[in-house]
Amino acid sequence: MSVLVVVECDGGEVKKSSLEVASYGSQVAQMLGTTATAVAVGEATEANLAQLGEQGISKVLYDAEPRLKDFVNGAYTKLIAAAAEKEGAQVIVLANSNIGAAVGSRLSVRLKASLATNVVELPKNEGGSFTVKRGAFSGKAFADVVLTGDRKILAVKKNSIEALHEAGKTATVESFSASLSDADFADAPKQVVMQDQAGGVLLPEADRVVSGGRGMKGPENWHLIEDLAKALGAATACSKPVSDVDWRPHHEHVGQTGITVSPNLYIACGISGAIQHLAGVNSSKVIVVINKDPEAPFFKAADYGIVGDVFEILPKLTQAVKELN
Amino acid sequence: MKFLVCISNVPDTTTKITFTPDNKEFNKAGVQFVINPWDEYALTRAIELKEAQGSGTVTVLNVGEADTEPNIRKALAIGADDAIRVNAAPKDAYFVAEQIAAIAKEGAYDVILMGKESIDYNGFQVHGMVGELLGIPTVAPAMKLDMSGNTATLEREIEGGKEIVEVNTPFVASCQQPMCEPRIPNMRGIMTARTKPLKVVEPTGEGARTSVAEYALPPKKQGVKLIPAESAGELIKLLRNEAKVI
Ligand SMILES: Cc1cc2nc3c(=O)[nH]c(=O)nc-3n(C[C@H](O)[C@H](O)[C@H](O)COP(=O)(O)OP(=O)(O)OC[C@H]3O[C@@H](n4cnc5c(N)ncnc54)[C@H](O)[C@@H]3O)c2cc1C
Ligand SMILES: Cc1cc2nc3c(=O)[nH]c(=O)nc-3n(C[C@H](O)[C@H](O)[C@H](O)COP(=O)(O)OP(=O)(O)OC[C@H]3O[C@@H](n4cnc5c(N)ncnc54)[C@H](O)[C@@H]3O)c2cc1C
Repeated sequence: MSVLVVVECDGGEVKKSSLEVASYGSQVAQMLGTTATAVAVGEATEANLAQLGEQGISKVLYDAEPRLKDFVNGAYTKLIAAAAEKEGAQVIVLANSNIGAAVGSRLSVRLKASLATNVVELPKNEGGSFTVKRGAFSGKAFADVVLTGDRKILAVKKNSIEALHEAGKTATVESFSASLSDADFADAPKQVVMQDQAGGVLLPEADRVVSGGRGMKGPENWHLIEDLAKALGAATACSKPVSDVDWRPHHEHVGQTGITVSPNLYIACGISGAIQHLAGVNSSKVIVVINKDPEAPFFKAADYGIVGDVFEILPKLTQAVKELN
Repeated sequence: MKFLVCISNVPDTTTKITFTPDNKEFNKAGVQFVINPWDEYALTRAIELKEAQGSGTVTVLNVGEADTEPNIRKALAIGADDAIRVNAAPKDAYFVAEQIAAIAKEGAYDVILMGKESIDYNGFQVHGMVGELLGIPTVAPAMKLDMSGNTATLEREIEGGKEIVEVNTPFVASCQQPMCEPRIPNMRGIMTARTKPLKVVEPTGEGARTSVAEYALPPKKQGVKLIPAESAGELIKLLRNEAKVI
C-alpha cells in the first residue's frame, strides 16, 4: 500500500501545481501510515525531481522516453497505471489540470478506482469512510464526497493546498519504464502550439492575475493592464465579452464558460461582476475590484475596492508597485 | 456518420445555489434547468458536421429522470434527429459514463461528443471514462473539430497553449468555445421536435463509485474595504502589509 503522486514537469521544472500535489500526497501518505512515491511526466531534470523530497516525497519514478515530453493521453495513462501497480498504490493524487483530469478519468476506469476531481482539502479517513471536499456548482458550493472504491484517485485543484518546503530533504530518482509501444502513442499530438504569455506568466498557474472587462473600452488600452501585471509578476485575463469581440485572445477568458482561476490575488478592472464571471474567479484568496460604478455587483465579492476610473487608477497602482519594489 | 451527443441537464447559470435543510441534496425548488452550456457546442458542431457531410444522424443522449425531457426536446428542436433518455438519476460520473458507453457501443456511433464539463458537478471526467470504457481515444477539451472522411483534426486546449490532434473514428471529444456558435431553436425546429423519436431505456452497469455526504456553501466574504480613488497607491501597501499577497 502506498500513495502515488503524479508530477507534471515542463521545460525541466516541476510545475507549481505539482508541488502542491506532491505535498498533498505526502500528507495523505502520513495519514495512512505509508510513504509517497511520485511518477514524473513531461520534461524533467534529475536534480529537480530529487528536490521533491522537500514536499515529502521519498522516491520519484521517471521514464526518460523522449516521446513522453508532450502529453499523450494513452501513453501517460499506461505509464501511471504501471507505476500504480508497481507501488501497490491505494491512493493516486494528480493535479486538476487538463492533463491530470484527462489521465485521472481513464485511470479510474482501468484501475476500478473511485475518482474525485476539483478537490480542495486533505481527505478525512474516519469510521471506515474516505471523504474529500471538492468544489461544485462552478465555485458556488462545495461537496463532501465519499469514495467507496478500494482505490482512490484525487485530482487536486490548483492553489488550494499550501506546498510544503522541508529544506534539504531529497528524494531518490529511479528510472522506470512502462514498456510503451507505438500504439500507446497513437493519440500523440501532431503539433503543439504555445501562446506568447504576456510577461511570461501562465494564467492557469498564476499566483496573481490582473483582469480587464468592457470598462477598459478597447484593446488599445490594454497596456494599462499589462503594465500593472508586469510590475506584479501577474498573468493577464479578461471577461467573456472582451474575448468574444477579440480585444483579447480566447485563452484569457475566465468564468463559468472560460477557465477557472484561483490565484492569491485577482484584480478586476472595469468588470461588472456577473454571476458567470464570478464563477471562474471566486475562489481567489484576495479579490480587488476597480469600477466607476459603486453599485457594481463585483464589490459584493471583493476584499478591497476602489470606486473610480480605471484609466486614472491603473497607472497609479503600477507606479505604487514600482516604488515598493 | 452517426453522431452521439451527450447532454446534461443543469441549473441555469444565474441560479442561486441552495441545499435541502440537511445539506444532503441540491434544492431544485424554483430552479430553471438548461442544457449544460458546454454541451450546446457539442450539439451544434455535430449538426454542422452532419450537414456538411450531407448524410448521417445526430442522436442526443441524456441520463436523467423524466423531468429532463423539456431540454431533450430543446436539443431536438435545435436540430438533433432523435433522442435517448436513460431513465435514472445521474448518481455519479462513473454511473453516467457506463450508461453512455453502453448506448454508444450498441448503436455503433462514430463520433461521441460531450461538453467540457457539467456546470453543476464540474467533474471533467465523463468523457475520459467513456473513452476508456470503449477503448477509444478521448480528446478533451477540444476547441476545434473538423472531419475529413473518418479522420478528425482537433485542437485541444492545454495550459498555456494548444495541441493539434488527429484521431480516427470512433472517438470521444469534449467541446468548448470557440468551436462554433451554438444554435438556438427556431419555430420550425420546435414544431418538428414534438414528433421526433425519444426512446427511454433503463440503466445498466455496476453503479456509482462515489456519493455525496454533504454540500456546503462557501464562507461569506467579510465585506469590501474601500480605498478612496485619490489615494489608490494605499491599496498596494494594504496588499503587501495586510493581505500579504504581494
Ligand atoms: C451562459 C452564460 C455564460 C457566461 N459565461 C461567462 C464567463 O465565463 N465569463 C464572463 O466574464 N462572462 C460570462 N458571461 C457573461 C456575463 O453574464 C457578463 O455579460 C459579462 O461578464 C460582463 O462582462 P464585463 O463585466 O466585462 O462587462 P459589463 O457588464 O459591461 O461591465 C463593464 C463594467 O465596467 C465598468 N466601467 C466602465 N467604464 C469604466 C471606467 N472608466 N472605469 C472603471 N470602471 C468602468 C462599468 O461600471 C461596468 O461595471 C456568460 C453569460 C451567459 C449567459
Ligand atoms: C439532484 C442531483 C444530485 C446529484 N448528485 C450527484 C452526486 O451526489 N454525485 C455525483 O457525482 N453526481 C451527482 N449528480 C449528477 C451530476 O449532475 C452529473 O450528471 C454526473 O455526476 C456527471 O457529472 P460530471 O460533472 O462528473 O460530468 P462531467 O465529466 O463534467 O461532464 C462532461 C460531459 O459529460 C456529459 N454528461 C454529464 N452528465 C451527463 C448526463 N447525466 N447525461 C448525459 N450526458 C452527461 C455532458 O456532455 C457533459 O458536458 C447529481 C445530479 C442531480 C440532478
